[in-house]
Amino acid sequence: MSYFRAENLSLHFGGLKAVDAVSFAVEKGEILSIIGPNGAGKSSIFNLISRIYRPTSGRIFFEDQDITEEPPYDIAKLGIARTFQNIELFENATVLSNLLVGRHRHSTTQLWQELLFLPSVRANEKMHRRRVEQVIEFLDLEPYRDKLISGLPYGVRKVIELARALCSEPKLILLDEPSSGLNVEETDDMSFWIRDMKSELGITVLMVEHDMSLVNRVSDRVIALNYGRVLAMGSPTEVQQHPDVVAAYLGA
Amino acid sequence: MRFLFKTDYEDDIKLFPHSGYWVSYGILLALLLIAPYVLSSYLMSQLVFVCIYATVGVALLILTGFTGQASLGHAAFLAIGAYTAAYLQKYNVPFPVYFFAAGALTGIIGAMVGFPALRLTGIYLVIATISFALIVEEILARWESVTNGNEGMRVKTLSLLGVTVPRDSPTFYYLCLAVLVLTIVGTLNLLRSPTGRAFVAIRDSETAARSMGVNVALYKVKSFAISAAITGFAGVLFAHKLSFISPEMFTLQLSIEFIIVILIGGAFSLHGAVLGAIFIVMIDPFLTYLKDDVPGMIAGIAAAFGAGKATAGSIQSNVAAFASLNGLKGAIYGIIIVLFVLFEPLGLYGRWLKIKLFFQLFPLYKRATFKRQKIYVKSERNR
Amino acid sequence: MLDFVQQLVSGVALGCVYGLIALGFVLVYKATEVVNFAQGDLMMLGGFFAFTFIGMMGLNYWVGFAGAVAAMALFGMLAERVVVRPILGYPQFSIIMATIGLGYFLRSIAGMIWGTDDLKIETPFSQGVLRIGSLVLAYDKLSVIAATMILCTLLWLFFNKTTLGTAMRASSENMLAAYYMGIPVKRVVSIVWAISAAVATCAGVLLAPITFIHSNVGLVLGLKAFPAAVLGGFGSIPGAVVGGVLIGVIESMAGFYLPEGWKDVAPYLVLLAVLLLKPEGLFGHHVRKKV
Ligand SMILES: Nc1ncnc2c1ncn2[C@@H]1O[C@H](COP(=O)(O)OP(=O)(O)OP(=O)(O)O)[C@@H](O)[C@H]1O
Ligand SMILES: [Mg+2]
Repeated sequence: MSYFRAENLSLHFGGLKAVDAVSFAVEKGEILSIIGPNGAGKSSIFNLISRIYRPTSGRIFFEDQDITEEPPYDIAKLGIARTFQNIELFENATVLSNLLVGRHRHSTTQLWQELLFLPSVRANEKMHRRRVEQVIEFLDLEPYRDKLISGLPYGVRKVIELARALCSEPKLILLDEPSSGLNVEETDDMSFWIRDMKSELGITVLMVEHDMSLVNRVSDRVIALNYGRVLAMGSPTEVQQHPDVVAAYLGA
Repeated sequence: MRFLFKTDYEDDIKLFPHSGYWVSYGILLALLLIAPYVLSSYLMSQLVFVCIYATVGVALLILTGFTGQASLGHAAFLAIGAYTAAYLQKYNVPFPVYFFAAGALTGIIGAMVGFPALRLTGIYLVIATISFALIVEEILARWESVTNGNEGMRVKTLSLLGVTVPRDSPTFYYLCLAVLVLTIVGTLNLLRSPTGRAFVAIRDSETAARSMGVNVALYKVKSFAISAAITGFAGVLFAHKLSFISPEMFTLQLSIEFIIVILIGGAFSLHGAVLGAIFIVMIDPFLTYLKDDVPGMIAGIAAAFGAGKATAGSIQSNVAAFASLNGLKGAIYGIIIVLFVLFEPLGLYGRWLKIKLFFQLFPLYKRATFKRQKIYVKSERNR
Repeated sequence: MLDFVQQLVSGVALGCVYGLIALGFVLVYKATEVVNFAQGDLMMLGGFFAFTFIGMMGLNYWVGFAGAVAAMALFGMLAERVVVRPILGYPQFSIIMATIGLGYFLRSIAGMIWGTDDLKIETPFSQGVLRIGSLVLAYDKLSVIAATMILCTLLWLFFNKTTLGTAMRASSENMLAAYYMGIPVKRVVSIVWAISAAVATCAGVLLAPITFIHSNVGLVLGLKAFPAAVLGGFGSIPGAVVGGVLIGVIESMAGFYLPEGWKDVAPYLVLLAVLLLKPEGLFGHHVRKKV
């Protein structure tokens, strides 16, 4: 059985088939990229997985469990974290508290304990703080710890979003266009981090990306999508040479 | 300027960023404790109201400031707390019991309001809370067997462990102060724990909060319940302070006053809620002062500048007539709100921070430091 | 049955007034995303202006009416310029507070100028009644209904048939895009305020024979018009009028058929029920941010 599996996933907005009977599988420890022209339905697949939308039909499995009907907040609890294409950070909070929200799925304390800030809460907080610091170190975010998000440049925010997802110690991470809006150097950093996530942290990565050089550098496999349908699936070079994919990108 | 060096994860968790805070808050607390022996009984009475309003302000801050759920219905929660106390008193229930019962009942009702409010945002939520408050007001006026209708209810003097605590005694003031301080400390604790962060996350992006594992519905209901419960506690004290309650004390006007508390004080800060409460409560004595003393003063000034006795007299009576005009209070309220929104969106606390920074950075302070970013039009339609 | 029709007509008449105030809410909201809590108070002020022109200065009813509308249109522009424009684009909460402040101010000032008594405006149609069989309908109520229909038609023509109206619709869809297309967005906004104040004035003057004019009338009616706008979806012009009529009818039916006390809460109960089932109101669209 595959680690993660989507079966015949469809999402219709009225007459528009944003996702149309898509099936694919992700193996544990793999980096799988989804490519496709604008509006192909890539983000929609992510939104289906994280249950922002309810699929019109189809099923989603993770670790052999059917998660199609799980409420959105339980998806994170199962170990699936994500980033967003247009950055969804908590604007009026510090970087640190943004990252600590990433720890939310590991919090065990009760409301009344928190009101009194009992030693157990304190101990938990220190533990979370330590974990967050590891992520900060991993992604070189030290200079920004106490800064408010609203004052930070785009590139940094992008990294913070990644950091927030990593703080939840996910098993599977969904990255929606991790390099969009980044310059060449930042994109390089991003590619190293993505590979390190796989090799050092053992996280499985599902990624949507337009930058082909990044896709080629990090992906084990690639899925090409157009009009909500899978065009091709396979190694990066295979997919890029597939006639349907070439046609889709040339706008035929 | 003070530079903070952090050497331990504790440093980010602590209640106050550095030890200076303990000193200044200690001094403040000491001053508040000796206040009953220094201040006039009138000012003490106002101080009690400040404590109650500030408690409600903090409660509203949790809901509106931190969780981002606007409410114009907090007067109703205050009323529920107050009426629960008054009703249970009739059956000789002891203070601690009805105090907590009032908080618990209000909290439960708050949660019940929170459920339908889950799917509402922005203006829809505002109108839903207004509707709730208006319905509560009507129930209070009509459910005569319990609330005594528009006649209102008398509230007996508080008796704690067999000792009576009159509403103008120092002990009552200490009680109100204790409730306020506990509320503030509890809120600070919440803010440095997962729940508080979940609130802020919901305020800033529900989608992201959800995808990080926050059960948005649950936390919104929690926020409603906590905010309502605190307001309910404040309601008990409010009832005792007034010693008589009736439905027309808990109108939309009062809910708006609570919003003004957090707006004027400065949204998103606990300091602000307290400053705002001081402001709202003190505006009445200020207007009285205006009515009584200022006309004479102005006439005096006019006389000093060589105005004749008759002119000075007529100035005095004119100013006095203006000051005692009906509705002057409303006009001043209105102007103050508008001016604050236009020129001091960070509220009184924001102003204080600016002043502090000015002295710390002197002579390097630039006006632009706090200049607001002009966003042309940022739509809140698609939230 | 007769009672029912009579209640229905007076409910619809009252509802039309709510609808007109709600229309003001919606116009301003559509154009600027500002929820104007002072809308009811603009109506109140309009009523007082009309009273001054007609009752105190003795002008002809129609001349006074027109004068009040014109004066209030100017006042609406002024209010927008002074209170709203500087904070356009800031969080909704701040703007709501600013308009609440404006409302306080207007109420107090009106109280100072015109006193706290109930005032009445004599109208050409205050008296008579229309008899259809044994059904008796008062002209003042019918006039409100007729006037609302005329006003709505005029507004519809304005928004759909004139260039200015089209520009307004464009800038309410997307202000920034409209700005780039060369639409003078600021002027458009100030005209929207003028229109909404003018509509409010019409409501105030039409209302004068039914309930009286006093400084708190705006607050009281505004609190009913608000649910009307929400019921209609807060952004839909026909929705506002339909919402207003619904609220008016519910109120007058509850007042007639239910025990005392229900009259005042029934509209809010219905509103809460509707919001529970359809959080975006009857005619609103549910929009969701794309991620
Ligand atoms: N909430 C929605 N309502 C209606 N249509 C939608 C919605 N969300 C997405 N769509 C449509 O679904 C299609 C797929 O959108 P999606 O965001 O998944 O594209 P994408 O592949 O991520 O594109 P891009 O590369 O631009 O991010 C598009 O045509 C889009 O307009
Ligand atoms: Mg996308």
